[in-house]
Amino acid sequence: MADYRWPEAGKRSLIGKRISRLDGPVKSSGRVKYTYDVDRPNMLYGKMVLSPYAQATIKSIDTTAAEKMPGVKAVQVMREPGTEILWAGQEVVAVAAETEEQARDAARRVVVNYEKLPHLVRDVEPAKAGDRAKPAAEQTEGDPDKAFQEAEVTVEGQYGCSVITHCCLEAHGQATEWEGDNLTVWASTQNVSGIGGEFATGLKIPAGNVRTLTPVMGGGFGSKFGADTWGVACAQLAKKAGRPVKMMLERDHELMVAGARPSIHAKVRVGAQKDGTITAWSSESWGTGGMGTGGSPRLPYVFRIPNQRKRHTAVLTNIGPVRAWRAPNHPQLCLITMAALEDLAAKLGIDPVEMFLKNIGMTGELSKVYAAELQKAAELIEWQKKWHPRGDKAPGVIKRGLGISLHTWGGGGHPSNCACAIHPDGSVEVSLGSQDLGTGTRTVIAIIAAETLGLPLEAVKVNIGDSHYPQSGGSGGSTTVGGVSASTRRATTNALNELLAKMAPSLGVENDQLEAVGGRIQVKGNPSKGMSWKQACAKLGTTPINATGQTSITTPTGPSARDLISSGVGGVQMAEVAVDIETGVVKLEKLVAVQDCGLIIDLKTAESQVYGGCIMGVCYALYEEKIMDEQTGRCLNPDMEFYKLAGIADIGELVVHMMTGPGYDERGVIGLGEPPVISSGALTPDKVLAALEKGGAA
Amino acid sequence: MQAFEYAHPRSMTEALPLLGSRWGETEILAGGTDLLSLMKNYVVTPKRVVNIKGLRELRGIRGTPEGIYIGALVTLEELRTSQPMHEYPALAQAAAGVTSPQIRNMGTVGGDLCQRPRCWYFRSGFGLLARDESGRSLVPQGENRYHAILGNDGPAYFVNPSSLAPALIALGAKARLDGQNGERYVALAEFFVIPKSDAERENVLQPNEILTHVIIPEGAWELSSATYEVRQKEALDWPLATAAVALKMQAGKVASARIVLGHVAPIPWPAPEAEKSLAGQPINEATAARAGEAAVQGAKPLSGNRYKVQLARVAVKRALLAAARPRSIGAKGGV
Repeated sequence: MADYRWPEAGKRSLIGKRISRLDGPVKSSGRVKYTYDVDRPNMLYGKMVLSPYAQATIKSIDTTAAEKMPGVKAVQVMREPGTEILWAGQEVVAVAAETEEQARDAARRVVVNYEKLPHLVRDVEPAKAGDRAKPAAEQTEGDPDKAFQEAEVTVEGQYGCSVITHCCLEAHGQATEWEGDNLTVWASTQNVSGIGGEFATGLKIPAGNVRTLTPVMGGGFGSKFGADTWGVACAQLAKKAGRPVKMMLERDHELMVAGARPSIHAKVRVGAQKDGTITAWSSESWGTGGMGTGGSPRLPYVFRIPNQRKRHTAVLTNIGPVRAWRAPNHPQLCLITMAALEDLAAKLGIDPVEMFLKNIGMTGELSKVYAAELQKAAELIEWQKKWHPRGDKAPGVIKRGLGISLHTWGGGGHPSNCACAIHPDGSVEVSLGSQDLGTGTRTVIAIIAAETLGLPLEAVKVNIGDSHYPQSGGSGGSTTVGGVSASTRRATTNALNELLAKMAPSLGVENDQLEAVGGRIQVKGNPSKGMSWKQACAKLGTTPINATGQTSITTPTGPSARDLISSGVGGVQMAEVAVDIETGVVKLEKLVAVQDCGLIIDLKTAESQVYGGCIMGVCYALYEEKIMDEQTGRCLNPDMEFYKLAGIADIGELVVHMMTGPGYDERGVIGLGEPPVISSGALTPDKVLAALEKGGAA
Repeated sequence: MQAFEYAHPRSMTEALPLLGSRWGETEILAGGTDLLSLMKNYVVTPKRVVNIKGLRELRGIRGTPEGIYIGALVTLEELRTSQPMHEYPALAQAAAGVTSPQIRNMGTVGGDLCQRPRCWYFRSGFGLLARDESGRSLVPQGENRYHAILGNDGPAYFVNPSSLAPALIALGAKARLDGQNGERYVALAEFFVIPKSDAERENVLQPNEILTHVIIPEGAWELSSATYEVRQKEALDWPLATAAVALKMQAGKVASARIVLGHVAPIPWPAPEAEKSLAGQPINEATAARAGEAAVQGAKPLSGNRYKVQLARVAVKRALLAAARPRSIGAKGGV
């Protein structure tokens, strides 16, 4: 049984170092081709006809005029007459033409008749939603009535956040090309190994006939797992036209339909003892996630308050389809909980750091991690020096306040297969049907392979982004780094062991007496006895070594990857925010993010993930909102001028600190994509309040 | 984008006959920062686009005995950085408020003044006056957080999007409009109009005319001026309220004042009551605040934009205080 465990701290040559992402130069210089850049010979462009109504039945579709437009080569009806439309922007017909402009012009010539139906697009409270309000079951733990009666202090408040979108840098979409019954799809997807099956089902061809290619992609954040209606339509257009077709969503369509994050609003009551011990929680929450009800949100967040009562109502609206948004539900729940707890601390007149530490036991098994992170974050933001009770007494119209937030996430690895080939010329390939969303997956795989084989980073060729490579999971829920780390470690260890077994006889030792270090195969404890990597590989003759490794989640206790990866992280963020009390304009001045994620493979890309998460959090805390018009049922800001995102000048100073070393490293690799975005958005609203209260009104 | 005929004239003589006599048939292309998105979204569907970037006579900033001539093709970036503009801080600051270098380098003075409103109903295809099939405006009962709080008796509720107009009007500038029958000069204060029907436009320019120059009158350099924009973001963002002020000071007191608000009304909105309140007064926190209060006296906020009244009030106060501060050498602009 091979030993796959990670090398000990002193024996890591690459793992945990600060390594620049391998594809940085080709991305920043524009040499690498994204799906958007795909340009196949003879390729057509697809555009779609979208419903202008939020809820309607399609009565008839006439494509005659569109088919006669210049350059049009194929028209595909995506939703037949009789189908119900559930949001404005839903796709009805797709058109392929020689140029994008011709396709756009032709799409406007399609005549669709609708029967308009009543809609609701506004994020209203249940009382204003009529039969679209769907109450979930009430949940109770402990004895909240008694706990509130006995509470020495209670605080009430209402908190919430709007529906926002994913707003990926690269829009959704794909290029498709047929060769007989075989389809190649260049897709901007988080799920290279998985979406082929969806295309196959939609097109009624065997799954094995679909090949998906995603060498690089421009972000997904949870919104790019499926083939999508436009993916299947694109392939249908290509089939009809007998030519490749590319159909990417326009920015407005992207913001209208390519994913929304549900809103949440809650009336919260929290009870506590005067010493700051939290004893009771009650919340009445509501929100909209489109036409689905979803579940009951798991409030309160992170803190397992002993006595709780929670009621939630889903409001069904035609805002568009909900898709998983980086750490689904956590940012919303975090905002509600942290805002309420900070209000409690203010009412108690206690420093919130002190109150959070006092109740840290309620965070469960991560409580020690949180305590350490709270102290580190407080130190980095100079909490003791800067914190003041609510109401900034400083003169002037700019008032400042500090805030604090805790978050958690799982991040265990997904199933993954890796194939490692060691060629007689000494070159090494590792291949996985995984994808790099921009997070650094490619770099992490290379680091692990190189570390395992004792080679420099550039000696390893990483093959990902092709469904012909061994199956690997979709990139969701921060599962990728765990999945690919374990499978790569196993595949490369297996390959190395085969090589060592072949070398051992000529060196006159047993296999386990050999090691691969610094580009050499040598006898442990006797480095002079050995040979270079190249010399060793040359002895393979004409037969390369091919080995595989697997991360399986189906055998958690068996010979799985549990020795390499785990799950469950905590993070603490603190922010300093300034508000202009005459204009209400809020500015983030400084944000400190302290995060653990087990053993870090690449410190630089890990920090980069946290920076990105913080920026995304600042965007939705301060600016983002999918603005819907009840009269027309439409999204009014499907553009980059009124769907507001922070620019560099709006972000403020970000300080990232990763918790590493003893106590963290031995947990193995844990995912990091989701955690850092959760708290950042929760930080600002309370901070504004903290600055404003008694300081003036906006 | 509907197919169109593209013309690239080399002179005004070539350009003017290319313009149509009816709105919508021909569009003038300069920086293109607004027109292209309007065309891509089919909000405008011209049969002909006349690119005026080849008209050399529309470039450059030059001094004349009557004042400073600013060519319509001068970019926002040129305006922000050119030496003569240091005498007019309100204008340089207004240009600097467009915080995207890309837009400042492409966008022109003429384009800034003639750009179409950003009203999201207009941009979604509901027409300049944002009406539904029954002719009712969508704005009063709709999402109007960025709409007008002044001059909003209807049927227009959009706000004038120009960054430069409030400052130019405060400085007393006029526009030169050239047509086939010669040129005419219009005070910028009279250039903008509130349309009463969808067939009308937001200014007095005729379809067969080109705005060729803006002229800042001789003597305006003596004025103490400033522009203050309230924006939600530092990065490129439309102002929520703007105030431009130009003061003639005598012995520390206001001899005369021009105060113009932006992004609060369908036209750049003059504030004569605020101007009057300052006559003979020094500029300090109290007088500036009083002027801010006077400027929004007539405001009638819609259902979702009451907050803009406060922002306009503050913008006036802060612009006045900025204008009264001693002018820095080599002002860089910015607020």
